[in-house]
Amino acid sequence: MQVKKIEDYVWEIPVTEKEGMRVPARIIASEKIMKEMDQGVYNQITNVACLPGIQNYAYCMPDGHWGYGFPIGGVAAFDLKEGVISPGGIGFDINCGVRSVRTNLTLEELKPKLNELMDALYRLVPAGVGSTGFVKLNIERFKELMVKGVDWCIQNGYGWEEDRERIEQGGRIPGANPEKVSQKAISRGVDQLGTLGSGNHYLELQVAQTDRIFHPEAAKIFGIDRPNQIFVMIHCGSRGFGHQIATDYLRVFTEAMRKYNIKVLDKELACAPYNSPEGQDYYGAMVCAANSAFANRQVILHQVREAFSRVFHKDPKDLGMHIVYDVAHNIAKLEEHLVNGEKKKVLVHRKGATRSFGPGHPDVPAFYRPIGQPVIVGGSMETSSYLLVGGQRAMELTMGSTLHGSGRTMSREAAKRKVRGYELMKSMEERGIIVRAVSMPGLAEEAGIAYKNISEVVDAVDCAGISRKVIELRPVGNIKG
Amino acid sequence: MLHQIVTMPNFKFLEDIAIADAAFEAYGDTLEELFETCALATFEVMVDTKHVKPEQKEEIQIKDLNLEDLLFDFISELVYLKDAQKVFFSKFDLKISKNEEYSLKGTIWGEKIDYKKQEVRRDVKAITYHMLEVKKIDSEWRAQVILDT
Repeated sequence: MQVKKIEDYVWEIPVTEKEGMRVPARIIASEKIMKEMDQGVYNQITNVACLPGIQNYAYCMPDGHWGYGFPIGGVAAFDLKEGVISPGGIGFDINCGVRSVRTNLTLEELKPKLNELMDALYRLVPAGVGSTGFVKLNIERFKELMVKGVDWCIQNGYGWEEDRERIEQGGRIPGANPEKVSQKAISRGVDQLGTLGSGNHYLELQVAQTDRIFHPEAAKIFGIDRPNQIFVMIHCGSRGFGHQIATDYLRVFTEAMRKYNIKVLDKELACAPYNSPEGQDYYGAMVCAANSAFANRQVILHQVREAFSRVFHKDPKDLGMHIVYDVAHNIAKLEEHLVNGEKKKVLVHRKGATRSFGPGHPDVPAFYRPIGQPVIVGGSMETSSYLLVGGQRAMELTMGSTLHGSGRTMSREAAKRKVRGYELMKSMEERGIIVRAVSMPGLAEEAGIAYKNISEVVDAVDCAGISRKVIELRPVGNIKG
Repeated sequence: MLHQIVTMPNFKFLEDIAIADAAFEAYGDTLEELFETCALATFEVMVDTKHVKPEQKEEIQIKDLNLEDLLFDFISELVYLKDAQKVFFSKFDLKISKNEEYSLKGTIWGEKIDYKKQEVRRDVKAITYHMLEVKKIDSEWRAQVILDT
């Protein structure tokens, strides 16, 4: 496959590479990451470049790896009249995302109570297959939540007024249409609000590494104001509700492709024109799942604040438990971007990729506008995570997008053969990371050896200028679903 | 005469084609056996099915024009029931017929999800269409399935 270096950290696969490519594909990566890149990424990102109405380029971020249809780390924007919407470009876990929360506590203050806090968190935030949340919803209330997202939580006592503006799009995306959500999706999701799920989802206690601050001004605005400060990270999505909506519409779109005579190179790229009844129905349902995922992370935060409050006998406000930010990394958003030098409203799909609006962007809340939108990159449970901010070049290079995590390099089965859950837990404890896991085999599958080196992928987006590193966060406690 | 009962799961997990997810290949002498094996493999991702008692029963009925869609809808139904009813399934008895379209009817048995009794692994979010295949090679039915987990 022909890959051209456009500039340092930007690589291009030209349209001549595959029949049907409408735009070139671009990969953001260092030379080392490119060499080690999963070969499936090249095939999948050039398949994406063939989709109707795609704008500028089909992009892949440095944490990219094989997905179904779109690669993980894939970004693609579509024209609203000629272009499509594709569940495969969003993922089954609609609005899987990450939330980062600061506290006033230091590691020294946490240490004597770490085990007690981990037990409280493990009790208050249900995790694993089949778990149910404490919020009792009926269908009517659930439908209201789908439309209002985080606003519903705040109105019902599961959040602070200030939380709203510290979440991507205020935790409430317009355009939700509960009438386009199936009964099955409702019954799968109605009792799961406030649950973590399983797989790579986690709730983590972290220490902000004051010796690893790369952007002091942003670190200060994020509320980093003492050494060894404790942070909380929540990684989860829309649970069974979103999974069912994705499944339902994948079937609808398989049929719709015949109707609209759309041909794709992979069945997982099933899509429909955005401007068609099927496309609009999916968009309305997808937004319901996205809003419910914001609400899920909000209710989990409510429980996290409760756990801290019980263990430290202080009000969460006195513990300074402010949200730094909350980002979606499996979603499609209506945004304005430059296409052929002109501003245009497009539908940006991000699958395992994060929005990364730079300094001065009007959609970034005023208090973050001088530094850019916070970007949260979760590592594997054994390695660090990073806080970044959107870089000025993201709008020009990647339609306001960046990476989402470290990216897997080893299958779950292979990881399980190399590592045993219980031994991994012991070894993590020796390194100062306390673990509470619902499932031991599940823990082994998420071992750090199964992932790319997070520092390398973060450096790639920093060097490319699409995001800027702010600080590294080291794990001290991990609750795994 | 003594009969030795050997239960050999007629599927294997594949490692190279789905880094983040679970992929398996299943076999069967008949379509019914193939679909039953696919169902078992799906739950085997979530739990050690040997310890899931077949004590709760559910009837299933699905119709589709082709076998891939039939398998997609069948596994989707199982994944849905797992969340909606909080049940793992471990025993399947299916009948598949074909007239103008394929029709699957059957009974499935399982047990409420219980971390104290069962060795729970990880959740299955959905079946995907990625490299989904159902075909007959010589006299054997074969399917390839990738689950999002």
